[in-house]
Amino acid sequence: MNNIIPNDNCPFFNEKMETMTRAEIEALQLERLQATVRHCMNSPFYKKRFQEAGITPEDIKSLDDIRRIPFTTKQDLRDTYPFGMASVPLRECTRLHSSSGTTGTPTVILHTRKDLEEWAAQVARNLWMVGLRPDDVFQNSSGYGMFTGGLGFQYGAERLGMLTVPAAAGNSLRQIKFITDFGTTALHAVPSYVTRLYEVMRSIDVDPRRDTKLKVLAIGAEPHSEEQRRRIEEMMGVKAYNSFGMSEMCGPGVGFECQEQNGLHFWEDYYIVEIVNPETLEPVPDGEIGELVLTTLCREAMPLLRYRTRDLTRVLGRSCPCGRNHVRIDRMRGRSDDMMVLRGVNIFPIQIEKILMNFSELASNYLITLTTDKENDNMLVEVELEELFTDDFHRLQDLTKRIQRALKDEILLTPVVKLLPKGTLPVSDGKAVRVVDKRTVYQ
Amino acid sequence: MTTIKQLSIFIENKSGTLIKVLNLLSDAKIQIIASTIADTQDYGIYRVLCSAPREAFTILKENGINVQLTDVLAIAIEDEPGKAATAINALSDAGVNILYMYSFLWQGKGVLVMRTDKSDEAMQVIARKSIILLDEDNFKN
Ligand SMILES: [Zn+2]
Repeated sequence: MNNIIPNDNCPFFNEKMETMTRAEIEALQLERLQATVRHCMNSPFYKKRFQEAGITPEDIKSLDDIRRIPFTTKQDLRDTYPFGMASVPLRECTRLHSSSGTTGTPTVILHTRKDLEEWAAQVARNLWMVGLRPDDVFQNSSGYGMFTGGLGFQYGAERLGMLTVPAAAGNSLRQIKFITDFGTTALHAVPSYVTRLYEVMRSIDVDPRRDTKLKVLAIGAEPHSEEQRRRIEEMMGVKAYNSFGMSEMCGPGVGFECQEQNGLHFWEDYYIVEIVNPETLEPVPDGEIGELVLTTLCREAMPLLRYRTRDLTRVLGRSCPCGRNHVRIDRMRGRSDDMMVLRGVNIFPIQIEKILMNFSELASNYLITLTTDKENDNMLVEVELEELFTDDFHRLQDLTKRIQRALKDEILLTPVVKLLPKGTLPVSDGKAVRVVDKRTVYQ
Repeated sequence: MTTIKQLSIFIENKSGTLIKVLNLLSDAKIQIIASTIADTQDYGIYRVLCSAPREAFTILKENGINVQLTDVLAIAIEDEPGKAATAINALSDAGVNILYMYSFLWQGKGVLVMRTDKSDEAMQVIARKSIILLDEDNFKN
Protein backbone atom coordinates (compact mmCIF):
# COMPACT_ATOMS: atom_id res chain seq x y z
CA MET A 1 0.00 0.00 0.00
CA ASN A 2 1.27 3.36 -1.08
CA ASN A 3 1.24 5.75 1.87
CA ILE A 4 2.84 8.71 0.14
CA ILE A 5 1.34 12.13 0.73
CA PRO A 6 1.71 14.61 -2.15
CA ASN A 7 3.15 18.11 -1.92
CA ASP A 8 0.75 20.63 -0.40
CA ASN A 9 0.46 22.56 -3.66
CA CYS A 10 -0.62 19.51 -5.67
CA PRO A 11 -4.40 19.70 -6.18
CA PHE A 12 -4.71 15.91 -6.34
CA PHE A 13 -4.19 13.31 -3.63
CA ASN A 14 -3.82 10.52 -6.19
CA GLU A 15 -3.02 12.41 -9.38
CA LYS A 16 -2.81 9.32 -11.58
CA MET A 17 -6.25 8.04 -10.65
CA GLU A 18 -8.00 11.39 -10.32
CA THR A 19 -6.91 12.78 -13.68
CA MET A 20 -7.54 9.74 -15.88
CA THR A 21 -9.30 10.35 -19.17
CA ARG A 22 -12.68 8.71 -19.73
CA ALA A 23 -11.05 6.04 -21.89
CA GLU A 24 -8.50 5.29 -19.18
CA ILE A 25 -11.23 5.16 -16.53
CA GLU A 26 -13.30 2.73 -18.59
CA ALA A 27 -10.35 0.49 -19.41
CA LEU A 28 -9.42 0.29 -15.72
CA GLN A 29 -13.04 -0.35 -14.77
CA LEU A 30 -13.34 -3.31 -17.16
CA GLU A 31 -10.12 -4.83 -15.87
CA ARG A 32 -11.24 -4.38 -12.24
CA LEU A 33 -14.81 -5.55 -12.92
CA GLN A 34 -13.53 -8.78 -14.45
CA ALA A 35 -11.25 -9.34 -11.49
CA THR A 36 -14.06 -8.55 -9.02
CA VAL A 37 -16.48 -10.93 -10.70
CA ARG A 38 -13.90 -13.72 -10.66
CA HIS A 39 -13.21 -13.01 -6.99
CA CYS A 40 -16.97 -13.06 -6.23
CA MET A 41 -17.05 -16.73 -7.17
CA ASN A 42 -15.46 -17.34 -3.75
CA SER A 43 -18.72 -16.15 -2.22
CA PRO A 44 -21.36 -18.91 -1.99
CA PHE A 45 -24.03 -16.26 -2.57
CA TYR A 46 -22.63 -14.94 -5.85
CA LYS A 47 -21.59 -18.36 -7.06
CA LYS A 48 -25.22 -19.48 -6.79
CA ARG A 49 -26.49 -16.22 -8.29
CA PHE A 50 -24.32 -16.64 -11.37
CA GLN A 51 -25.36 -20.27 -11.78
CA GLU A 52 -29.04 -19.29 -11.54
CA ALA A 53 -28.55 -16.52 -14.08
CA GLY A 54 -26.70 -18.90 -16.40
CA ILE A 55 -23.59 -16.72 -16.64
CA THR A 56 -19.92 -17.17 -15.83
CA PRO A 57 -17.23 -14.56 -15.11
CA GLU A 58 -15.92 -15.15 -18.65
CA ASP A 59 -19.14 -13.67 -20.06
CA ILE A 60 -18.11 -10.19 -18.85
CA LYS A 61 -16.20 -9.02 -21.93
CA SER A 62 -17.15 -5.36 -21.95
CA LEU A 63 -18.44 -2.81 -19.42
CA ASP A 64 -21.91 -3.13 -20.97
CA ASP A 65 -21.90 -6.82 -20.05
CA ILE A 66 -22.40 -5.71 -16.44
CA ARG A 67 -26.08 -5.60 -17.34
CA ARG A 68 -26.10 -9.39 -17.55
CA ILE A 69 -25.32 -9.58 -13.83
CA PRO A 70 -28.36 -9.72 -11.51
CA PHE A 71 -28.86 -6.86 -9.03
CA THR A 72 -27.92 -7.22 -5.39
CA THR A 73 -30.37 -5.80 -2.84
CA LYS A 74 -30.49 -4.96 0.84
CA GLN A 75 -32.69 -8.02 1.25
CA ASP A 76 -29.84 -10.18 -0.06
CA LEU A 77 -27.64 -8.74 2.69
CA ARG A 78 -30.29 -9.58 5.28
CA ASP A 79 -30.78 -13.09 3.88
CA THR A 80 -27.07 -13.85 4.07
CA TYR A 81 -26.59 -12.30 7.53
CA PRO A 82 -24.02 -12.36 8.97
CA PHE A 83 -21.24 -13.79 6.80
CA GLY A 84 -22.98 -15.45 3.84
CA MET A 85 -21.72 -12.96 1.28
CA ALA A 86 -18.05 -12.97 2.24
CA SER A 87 -15.63 -13.63 -0.61
CA VAL A 88 -12.65 -14.29 1.68
CA PRO A 89 -12.20 -16.51 4.77
CA LEU A 90 -13.05 -14.69 8.01
CA ARG A 91 -9.43 -14.90 9.20
CA GLU A 92 -8.54 -12.40 6.46
CA CYS A 93 -11.13 -9.89 7.74
CA THR A 94 -10.14 -7.29 10.30
CA ARG A 95 -13.37 -5.39 10.91
CA LEU A 96 -17.10 -5.53 10.46
CA HIS A 97 -19.70 -2.78 10.49
CA SER A 98 -23.27 -3.76 11.19
CA SER A 99 -26.43 -1.76 10.75
CA SER A 100 -29.43 -2.71 12.83
CA GLY A 101 -31.86 -1.53 10.22
CA THR A 102 -35.29 -0.16 11.03
CA THR A 103 -37.07 -3.25 9.72
CA GLY A 104 -35.54 -5.85 11.99
CA THR A 105 -32.89 -8.07 10.42
CA PRO A 106 -29.48 -6.42 10.63
CA THR A 107 -26.84 -6.44 7.90
CA VAL A 108 -23.10 -6.88 8.11
CA ILE A 109 -20.31 -5.49 5.94
CA LEU A 110 -16.90 -7.14 6.30
CA HIS A 111 -13.53 -5.48 5.65
CA THR A 112 -10.02 -6.82 5.13
CA ARG A 113 -6.99 -4.76 6.11
CA LYS A 114 -6.62 -3.68 2.48
CA ASP A 115 -10.33 -2.72 2.27
CA LEU A 116 -9.83 -0.40 5.24
CA GLU A 117 -6.72 1.13 3.66
CA GLU A 118 -8.54 1.75 0.38
CA TRP A 119 -11.47 3.25 2.26
CA ALA A 120 -9.15 5.62 4.12
CA ALA A 121 -7.51 6.54 0.80
CA GLN A 122 -10.89 7.50 -0.70
CA VAL A 123 -11.76 9.72 2.25
CA ALA A 124 -8.29 11.28 2.17
CA ARG A 125 -8.70 11.96 -1.56
CA ASN A 126 -11.97 13.77 -0.85
CA LEU A 127 -10.63 15.90 1.95
CA TRP A 128 -7.52 16.79 -0.07
CA MET A 129 -9.78 17.74 -3.01
CA VAL A 130 -11.50 20.44 -0.93
CA GLY A 131 -8.17 21.94 0.11
CA LEU A 132 -7.28 20.18 3.36
CA ARG A 133 -3.59 19.48 4.02
CA PRO A 134 -1.48 17.95 6.83
CA ASP A 135 -1.37 21.36 8.57
CA ASP A 136 -5.14 21.25 9.06
CA VAL A 137 -6.95 20.19 12.21
CA PHE A 138 -9.86 17.89 11.50
CA GLN A 139 -12.65 17.43 14.02
CA ASN A 140 -15.16 14.63 13.52
CA SER A 141 -18.49 14.99 15.29
CA SER A 142 -19.91 11.76 13.88
CA GLY A 143 -20.90 8.94 16.12
CA TYR A 144 -18.11 6.36 16.25
CA GLY A 145 -18.63 2.63 16.60
CA MET A 146 -20.82 0.86 14.10
CA PHE A 147 -21.74 4.09 12.32
CA THR A 148 -19.22 4.37 9.46
CA GLY A 149 -19.11 8.19 9.55
CA GLY A 150 -16.94 7.98 12.67
CA LEU A 151 -14.12 5.58 11.87
CA GLY A 152 -14.41 6.28 8.12
CA PHE A 153 -13.51 9.96 8.46
CA GLN A 154 -11.10 9.20 11.30
CA TYR A 155 -8.86 6.91 9.24
CA GLY A 156 -9.24 9.07 6.13
CA ALA A 157 -8.14 12.25 7.92
CA GLU A 158 -5.22 10.38 9.50
CA ARG A 159 -4.24 8.96 6.11
CA LEU A 160 -4.06 12.54 4.80
CA GLY A 161 -1.89 13.41 7.78
CA MET A 162 -4.06 15.96 9.55
CA LEU A 163 -4.19 16.38 13.30
CA THR A 164 -7.47 14.66 14.11
CA VAL A 165 -9.91 15.45 16.91
CA PRO A 166 -12.20 12.43 17.34
CA ALA A 167 -14.82 14.41 19.24
CA ALA A 168 -17.65 11.99 18.35
CA ALA A 169 -21.30 13.00 18.51
CA GLY A 170 -23.04 15.33 20.91
CA ASN A 171 -22.05 17.67 23.76
CA SER A 172 -22.09 20.91 21.80
CA LEU A 173 -20.28 22.97 24.42
CA ARG A 174 -17.38 20.52 24.41
CA GLN A 175 -17.36 20.48 20.59
CA ILE A 176 -17.08 24.28 20.55
CA LYS A 177 -14.31 24.25 23.15
CA PHE A 178 -12.35 21.77 21.00
CA ILE A 179 -12.90 23.94 17.92
CA THR A 180 -11.57 27.06 19.62
CA ASP A 181 -8.84 25.46 21.80
CA PHE A 182 -7.35 23.16 19.13
CA GLY A 183 -7.79 25.55 16.22
CA THR A 184 -10.02 23.16 14.28
CA THR A 185 -10.03 24.11 10.61
CA ALA A 186 -12.28 21.36 9.25
CA LEU A 187 -15.35 19.78 10.77
CA HIS A 188 -17.37 16.80 9.68
CA ALA A 189 -20.99 16.79 10.87
CA VAL A 190 -24.51 16.07 9.74
CA PRO A 191 -26.12 19.28 8.43
CA SER A 192 -28.73 19.55 11.19
CA TYR A 193 -25.97 19.32 13.80
CA VAL A 194 -24.06 22.21 12.23
CA THR A 195 -27.17 24.35 12.66
CA ARG A 196 -27.40 23.23 16.28
CA LEU A 197 -23.72 24.01 16.93
CA TYR A 198 -24.20 27.47 15.47
CA GLU A 199 -27.12 28.15 17.82
CA VAL A 200 -25.07 27.07 20.82
CA MET A 201 -22.11 29.19 19.63
CA ARG A 202 -24.35 32.23 19.48
CA SER A 203 -25.77 31.57 22.92
CA ILE A 204 -22.24 31.66 24.42
CA ASP A 205 -21.14 34.55 22.22
CA VAL A 206 -18.77 32.59 20.00
CA ASP A 207 -18.66 33.99 16.48
CA PRO A 208 -17.47 31.27 14.09
CA ARG A 209 -15.88 33.90 11.80
CA ARG A 210 -14.12 35.80 14.58
CA ASP A 211 -13.38 33.12 17.15
CA THR A 212 -12.61 29.97 15.14
CA LYS A 213 -10.23 28.93 12.37
CA LEU A 214 -12.87 26.87 10.59
CA LYS A 215 -12.62 26.91 6.80
CA VAL A 216 -14.18 23.66 5.58
CA LEU A 217 -17.22 21.65 6.58
CA ALA A 218 -17.93 18.16 5.31
CA ILE A 219 -21.65 17.51 5.54
CA GLY A 220 -23.50 14.33 4.71
CA ALA A 221 -25.43 11.31 5.97
CA GLU A 222 -28.64 13.33 5.95
CA PRO A 223 -30.51 14.52 2.85
CA HIS A 224 -30.37 18.29 2.54
CA SER A 225 -31.18 20.89 -0.06
CA GLU A 226 -28.90 23.39 -1.80
CA GLU A 227 -30.67 26.14 0.18
CA GLN A 228 -29.78 24.41 3.46
CA ARG A 229 -26.13 24.17 2.40
CA ARG A 230 -26.01 27.87 1.54
CA ARG A 231 -27.56 28.72 4.91
CA ILE A 232 -24.94 26.65 6.69
CA GLU A 233 -22.13 28.32 4.73
CA GLU A 234 -23.57 31.74 5.53
CA MET A 235 -23.91 30.96 9.25
CA MET A 236 -20.45 29.50 9.75
CA GLY A 237 -18.62 31.62 7.18
CA VAL A 238 -17.05 28.53 5.55
CA LYS A 239 -17.44 26.29 2.51
CA ALA A 240 -19.62 23.24 3.11
CA TYR A 241 -19.05 20.21 0.90
CA ASN A 242 -21.55 17.44 0.36
CA SER A 243 -20.34 13.93 1.17
CA PHE A 244 -21.96 10.70 0.02
CA GLY A 245 -21.35 7.52 1.90
CA MET A 246 -22.98 4.16 2.22
CA SER A 247 -21.95 1.46 4.64
CA GLU A 248 -22.60 -1.24 2.01
CA MET A 249 -19.81 0.26 -0.15
CA CYS A 250 -17.56 1.04 2.86
CA GLY A 251 -18.96 4.25 4.34
CA PRO A 252 -18.13 7.88 3.61
CA GLY A 253 -15.71 8.38 0.74
CA VAL A 254 -17.74 7.01 -2.18
CA GLY A 255 -18.57 10.46 -3.55
CA PHE A 256 -17.68 14.01 -2.59
CA GLU A 257 -18.04 17.49 -4.04
CA CYS A 258 -14.99 19.22 -5.46
CA GLN A 259 -14.43 22.94 -5.00
CA GLU A 260 -16.75 23.62 -7.96
CA GLN A 261 -19.66 22.41 -5.76
CA ASN A 262 -21.43 21.18 -8.85
CA GLY A 263 -22.26 17.57 -8.09
CA LEU A 264 -20.35 14.87 -6.24
CA HIS A 265 -17.47 13.10 -7.96
CA PHE A 266 -18.03 9.37 -7.56
CA TRP A 267 -14.68 7.59 -7.73
CA GLU A 268 -14.91 5.38 -10.76
CA ASP A 269 -11.64 3.61 -10.07
CA TYR A 270 -13.46 2.20 -7.03
CA TYR A 271 -17.04 1.90 -8.29
CA ILE A 272 -19.11 1.42 -11.42
CA VAL A 273 -21.98 3.88 -11.25
CA GLU A 274 -25.26 3.08 -12.99
CA ILE A 275 -28.52 5.04 -12.89
CA VAL A 276 -31.53 2.87 -13.69
CA ASN A 277 -35.27 3.30 -13.87
CA PRO A 278 -36.42 1.78 -10.55
CA GLU A 279 -39.37 0.07 -12.26
CA THR A 280 -37.92 -1.31 -15.49
CA LEU A 281 -34.36 -1.47 -14.13
CA GLU A 282 -33.17 -0.27 -17.54
CA PRO A 283 -30.47 2.43 -17.65
CA VAL A 284 -31.69 6.01 -17.96
CA PRO A 285 -29.88 8.67 -20.04
CA ASP A 286 -27.54 11.14 -18.33
CA GLY A 287 -29.50 13.98 -16.73
CA GLU A 288 -32.54 11.83 -16.02
CA ILE A 289 -33.39 10.85 -12.47
CA GLY A 290 -33.23 7.19 -11.55
CA GLU A 291 -31.97 4.83 -8.89
CA LEU A 292 -28.27 4.79 -8.13
CA VAL A 293 -26.73 1.32 -8.59
CA LEU A 294 -23.14 0.72 -7.47
CA THR A 295 -20.64 -2.06 -8.13
CA THR A 296 -17.49 -2.20 -6.02
CA LEU A 297 -14.24 -2.62 -7.95
CA CYS A 298 -11.60 -2.86 -5.22
CA ARG A 299 -13.19 -4.64 -2.32
CA GLU A 300 -11.80 -7.95 -1.09
CA ALA A 301 -13.92 -9.06 1.85
CA MET A 302 -17.37 -8.42 0.47
CA PRO A 303 -17.56 -7.10 -3.08
CA LEU A 304 -21.08 -6.14 -4.14
CA LEU A 305 -22.26 -6.35 -7.74
CA ARG A 306 -24.92 -3.95 -9.00
CA TYR A 307 -26.11 -3.01 -5.54
CA ARG A 308 -29.44 -1.15 -5.60
CA THR A 309 -28.91 1.79 -3.26
CA ARG A 310 -32.57 2.98 -3.46
CA ASP A 311 -31.21 6.52 -3.65
CA LEU A 312 -32.58 8.62 -6.49
CA THR A 313 -30.28 10.95 -8.35
CA ARG A 314 -28.93 11.69 -11.81
CA VAL A 315 -25.69 12.09 -13.71
CA LEU A 316 -24.70 15.76 -14.09
CA GLY A 317 -21.63 15.25 -16.26
CA ARG A 318 -18.40 13.36 -16.84
CA SER A 319 -15.96 16.23 -16.95
CA CYS A 320 -15.26 19.08 -14.57
CA PRO A 321 -13.21 22.32 -14.51
CA CYS A 322 -11.33 20.82 -11.52
CA GLY A 323 -9.59 18.41 -13.92
CA ARG A 324 -11.32 15.24 -12.72
CA ASN A 325 -13.31 13.22 -15.22
CA HIS A 326 -14.96 10.99 -12.63
CA VAL A 327 -18.72 11.13 -13.02
CA ARG A 328 -20.51 14.00 -11.27
CA ILE A 329 -23.68 12.89 -9.46
CA ASP A 330 -26.42 15.23 -8.26
CA ARG A 331 -27.35 15.45 -4.58
CA MET A 332 -29.76 12.66 -3.59
CA ARG A 333 -33.36 13.44 -4.49
CA GLY A 334 -35.10 10.90 -2.30
CA ARG A 335 -35.48 7.17 -1.96
CA SER A 336 -37.00 4.95 -4.60
CA ASP A 337 -38.81 3.17 -1.75
CA ASP A 338 -40.95 6.31 -1.49
CA MET A 339 -42.05 6.12 -5.10
CA MET A 340 -45.64 5.14 -5.80
CA VAL A 341 -46.68 3.64 -9.11
CA LEU A 342 -50.33 4.42 -9.77
CA ARG A 343 -51.97 3.38 -13.04
CA GLY A 344 -48.54 3.33 -14.63
CA VAL A 345 -47.59 6.82 -13.38
CA ASN A 346 -44.58 7.28 -11.08
CA ILE A 347 -45.41 9.62 -8.22
CA PHE A 348 -43.32 10.82 -5.28
CA PRO A 349 -44.83 12.13 -2.04
CA ILE A 350 -42.64 15.23 -2.44
CA GLN A 351 -44.65 16.21 -5.56
CA ILE A 352 -47.89 16.09 -3.57
CA GLU A 353 -46.29 17.95 -0.68
CA LYS A 354 -45.04 20.74 -2.95
CA ILE A 355 -48.59 21.39 -4.24
CA LEU A 356 -50.23 21.23 -0.81
CA MET A 357 -47.72 23.72 0.61
CA ASN A 358 -48.92 26.27 -1.95
CA PHE A 359 -52.29 26.48 -0.18
CA SER A 360 -52.07 28.77 2.82
CA GLU A 361 -55.35 27.32 4.12
CA LEU A 362 -53.63 23.97 4.72
CA ALA A 363 -51.44 22.73 7.56
CA SER A 364 -48.23 20.81 6.81
CA ASN A 365 -49.43 17.34 7.80
CA TYR A 366 -50.89 15.13 5.09
CA LEU A 367 -51.48 11.44 4.36
CA ILE A 368 -51.64 9.64 1.02
CA THR A 369 -53.65 6.41 0.97
CA LEU A 370 -53.65 4.11 -2.03
CA THR A 371 -56.58 1.76 -2.48
CA THR A 372 -57.90 -0.62 -5.10
CA ASP A 373 -61.46 -0.30 -6.29
CA LYS A 374 -62.72 -2.57 -9.09
CA GLU A 375 -59.12 -3.23 -10.18
CA ASN A 376 -58.45 0.49 -10.37
CA ASP A 377 -55.87 2.17 -8.18
CA ASN A 378 -57.12 5.20 -6.34
CA MET A 379 -55.37 7.85 -4.35
CA LEU A 380 -56.82 9.57 -1.33
CA VAL A 381 -55.03 12.69 -0.13
CA GLU A 382 -56.02 13.74 3.37
CA VAL A 383 -54.73 17.06 4.54
CA GLU A 384 -55.24 19.05 7.69
CA LEU A 385 -56.76 22.50 7.64
CA GLU A 386 -54.57 25.23 9.12
CA GLU A 387 -57.33 27.76 9.82
CA LEU A 388 -61.05 27.39 9.51
CA PHE A 389 -61.50 30.36 7.16
CA THR A 390 -65.22 29.86 6.59
CA ASP A 391 -68.13 27.89 7.96
CA ASP A 392 -69.63 27.68 4.49
CA PHE A 393 -69.56 24.19 2.99
CA HIS A 394 -69.48 25.59 -0.54
CA ARG A 395 -66.24 27.41 0.11
CA LEU A 396 -64.71 24.34 1.75
CA GLN A 397 -65.74 22.24 -1.22
CA ASP A 398 -64.34 24.86 -3.56
CA LEU A 399 -61.00 24.62 -1.76
CA THR A 400 -61.11 20.84 -2.12
CA LYS A 401 -61.69 21.19 -5.85
CA ARG A 402 -58.86 23.69 -6.27
CA ILE A 403 -56.45 21.35 -4.46
CA GLN A 404 -57.63 18.47 -6.61
CA ARG A 405 -57.07 20.42 -9.83
CA ALA A 406 -53.59 21.54 -8.79
CA LEU A 407 -52.66 17.95 -7.89
CA LYS A 408 -53.98 16.67 -11.18
CA ASP A 409 -51.82 19.17 -13.06
CA GLU A 410 -48.79 17.83 -11.20
CA ILE A 411 -49.35 14.06 -11.09
CA LEU A 412 -51.75 13.63 -14.04
CA LEU A 413 -54.23 11.69 -11.89
CA THR A 414 -57.22 13.02 -10.02
CA PRO A 415 -56.96 12.05 -6.36
CA VAL A 416 -59.77 12.20 -3.83
CA VAL A 417 -59.00 15.12 -1.53
CA LYS A 418 -60.30 15.19 2.01
CA LEU A 419 -59.91 18.04 4.46
CA LEU A 420 -59.32 17.12 8.08
CA PRO A 421 -59.32 19.03 11.34
CA LYS A 422 -55.88 19.94 12.59
CA GLY A 423 -54.14 17.28 14.67
CA THR A 424 -56.15 14.30 13.43
CA LEU A 425 -53.58 12.63 11.15
CA PRO A 426 -51.45 9.83 12.61
CA VAL A 427 -47.94 10.64 13.78
CA SER A 428 -45.49 7.89 14.69
CA ASP A 429 -42.36 8.57 16.74
CA GLY A 430 -42.80 12.28 16.06
CA LYS A 431 -42.36 11.58 12.36
CA ALA A 432 -45.34 11.93 10.10
CA VAL A 433 -46.61 8.91 8.20
CA ARG A 434 -46.92 9.97 4.56
CA VAL A 435 -48.06 7.02 2.49
CA VAL A 436 -50.29 4.06 3.31
CA ASP A 437 -50.64 1.46 0.57
CA LYS A 438 -53.81 -0.59 0.96
CA ARG A 439 -53.89 -1.89 -2.60
CA THR A 440 -54.75 -5.55 -2.91
CA VAL A 441 -51.89 -6.25 -5.29
CA TYR A 442 -48.92 -4.49 -3.83
CA GLN A 443 -46.33 -3.71 -6.47
CA MET B 1 -79.11 45.98 16.65
CA THR B 2 -76.32 43.63 16.16
CA THR B 3 -75.19 40.23 15.06
CA ILE B 4 -73.99 37.69 17.58
CA LYS B 5 -70.91 35.50 17.58
CA GLN B 6 -71.27 31.82 16.91
CA LEU B 7 -68.46 29.25 17.12
CA SER B 8 -68.00 27.22 13.94
CA ILE B 9 -65.86 24.16 14.57
CA PHE B 10 -64.44 21.91 11.88
CA ILE B 11 -64.85 18.25 12.84
CA GLU B 12 -64.11 14.97 11.17
CA ASN B 13 -66.89 12.43 11.08
CA LYS B 14 -66.12 9.71 13.63
CA SER B 15 -63.32 11.72 15.17
CA GLY B 16 -62.85 12.63 18.77
CA THR B 17 -62.85 16.35 18.01
CA LEU B 18 -66.42 16.81 19.22
CA ILE B 19 -65.75 15.27 22.63
CA LYS B 20 -62.55 17.30 22.95
CA VAL B 21 -64.48 20.51 22.21
CA LEU B 22 -67.20 19.67 24.74
CA ASN B 23 -64.63 18.89 27.43
CA LEU B 24 -62.69 22.09 26.80
CA LEU B 25 -65.82 24.24 27.03
CA SER B 26 -67.02 22.41 30.11
CA ASP B 27 -63.64 22.79 31.85
CA ALA B 28 -63.80 26.52 31.18
CA LYS B 29 -67.34 26.68 32.63
CA ILE B 30 -68.68 27.97 29.34
CA GLN B 31 -72.34 27.19 28.87
CA ILE B 32 -73.59 25.89 25.53
CA ILE B 33 -76.88 27.56 24.70
CA ALA B 34 -77.57 25.84 21.40
CA SER B 35 -75.62 23.70 18.98
CA THR B 36 -76.10 21.93 15.70
CA ILE B 37 -73.96 19.73 13.48
CA ALA B 38 -74.07 19.98 9.73
CA ASP B 39 -72.09 17.40 7.86
CA THR B 40 -71.13 16.05 4.49
CA GLN B 41 -69.79 12.58 3.78
CA ASP B 42 -66.28 13.61 4.82
CA TYR B 43 -66.48 16.26 7.48
CA GLY B 44 -68.82 18.36 9.52
CA ILE B 45 -69.16 21.78 11.02
CA TYR B 46 -70.32 21.99 14.61
CA ARG B 47 -72.03 25.33 15.22
CA VAL B 48 -72.31 26.52 18.80
CA LEU B 49 -73.92 29.46 20.57
CA CYS B 50 -72.42 29.81 24.01
CA SER B 51 -72.25 32.14 26.99
CA ALA B 52 -68.73 33.45 26.20
CA PRO B 53 -67.94 33.00 22.48
CA ARG B 54 -64.69 35.00 22.36
CA GLU B 55 -63.22 33.25 25.40
CA ALA B 56 -64.31 29.89 23.98
CA PHE B 57 -62.71 30.74 20.63
CA THR B 58 -59.36 31.49 22.29
CA ILE B 59 -59.41 28.31 24.35
CA LEU B 60 -60.31 26.10 21.41
CA LYS B 61 -57.73 27.69 19.13
CA GLU B 62 -54.99 27.30 21.72
CA ASN B 63 -55.87 23.61 21.87
CA GLY B 64 -55.39 23.13 18.15
CA ILE B 65 -59.05 23.09 17.16
CA ASN B 66 -60.03 24.50 13.74
CA VAL B 67 -62.52 27.11 14.90
CA GLN B 68 -63.96 30.32 13.51
CA LEU B 69 -66.12 33.06 15.04
CA THR B 70 -69.03 33.58 12.69
CA ASP B 71 -71.54 36.44 12.74
CA VAL B 72 -75.11 35.18 12.85
CA LEU B 73 -78.52 36.78 13.42
CA ALA B 74 -80.75 35.51 16.22
CA ILE B 75 -84.40 36.53 16.25
CA ALA B 76 -87.10 35.93 18.81
CA ILE B 77 -90.06 34.06 17.39
CA GLU B 78 -92.13 33.59 20.55
CA ASP B 79 -95.79 34.49 20.92
CA GLU B 80 -96.30 35.59 17.37
CA PRO B 81 -97.12 32.79 14.97
CA GLY B 82 -96.09 33.48 11.40
CA LYS B 83 -93.35 35.94 12.40
CA ALA B 84 -90.61 33.56 11.28
CA ALA B 85 -92.19 33.03 7.89
CA THR B 86 -92.70 36.79 7.53
CA ALA B 87 -89.04 37.40 8.31
CA ILE B 88 -87.80 34.84 5.84
CA ASN B 89 -90.10 36.06 3.10
CA ALA B 90 -88.98 39.64 3.67
CA LEU B 91 -85.33 38.63 3.49
CA SER B 92 -85.90 36.71 0.33
CA ASP B 93 -87.72 39.68 -1.25
CA ALA B 94 -84.76 41.90 -0.36
CA GLY B 95 -82.41 39.52 -2.17
CA VAL B 96 -80.77 38.25 1.04
CA ASN B 97 -79.80 34.59 0.93
CA ILE B 98 -79.93 32.44 4.04
CA LEU B 99 -76.88 30.17 4.11
CA TYR B 100 -78.19 28.10 7.01
CA MET B 101 -80.50 28.37 9.97
CA TYR B 102 -81.51 26.50 13.08
CA SER B 103 -83.89 27.12 15.95
CA PHE B 104 -84.01 26.32 19.64
CA LEU B 105 -85.87 27.12 22.83
CA TRP B 106 -84.24 29.57 25.22
CA GLN B 107 -85.86 30.13 28.60
CA GLY B 108 -89.14 28.90 27.16
CA LYS B 109 -89.00 31.12 24.11
CA GLY B 110 -88.31 30.25 20.48
CA VAL B 111 -85.12 31.56 18.89
CA LEU B 112 -84.23 31.34 15.19
CA VAL B 113 -80.53 31.64 14.26
CA MET B 114 -79.49 32.31 10.70
CA ARG B 115 -76.42 33.18 8.72
CA THR B 116 -77.07 35.31 5.66
CA ASP B 117 -74.85 36.49 2.87
CA LYS B 118 -75.67 40.17 3.62
CA SER B 119 -76.07 40.74 7.34
CA ASP B 120 -76.44 44.57 7.22
CA GLU B 121 -79.33 44.38 4.79
CA ALA B 122 -80.82 41.51 6.72
CA MET B 123 -80.82 43.58 9.90
CA GLN B 124 -82.57 46.49 8.17
CA VAL B 125 -85.27 44.18 6.81
CA ILE B 126 -85.78 42.67 10.25
CA ALA B 127 -86.08 46.12 11.83
CA ARG B 128 -88.71 47.21 9.28
CA LYS B 129 -90.78 44.14 10.11
CA SER B 130 -90.56 44.88 13.85
CA ILE B 131 -88.98 41.55 14.58
CA ILE B 132 -86.97 41.31 17.79
CA LEU B 133 -83.27 40.80 17.13
CA LEU B 134 -81.44 39.29 20.08
CA ASP B 135 -77.94 40.31 21.12
CA GLU B 136 -75.29 38.48 23.12
CA ASP B 137 -76.47 39.99 26.40
CA ASN B 138 -79.63 37.94 26.01
CA PHE B 139 -77.52 34.79 26.35
CA LYS B 140 -75.20 35.75 29.20
CA ASN B 141 -75.23 33.44 32.21
ZN1 LIG C 1 -14.71 18.62 -10.04
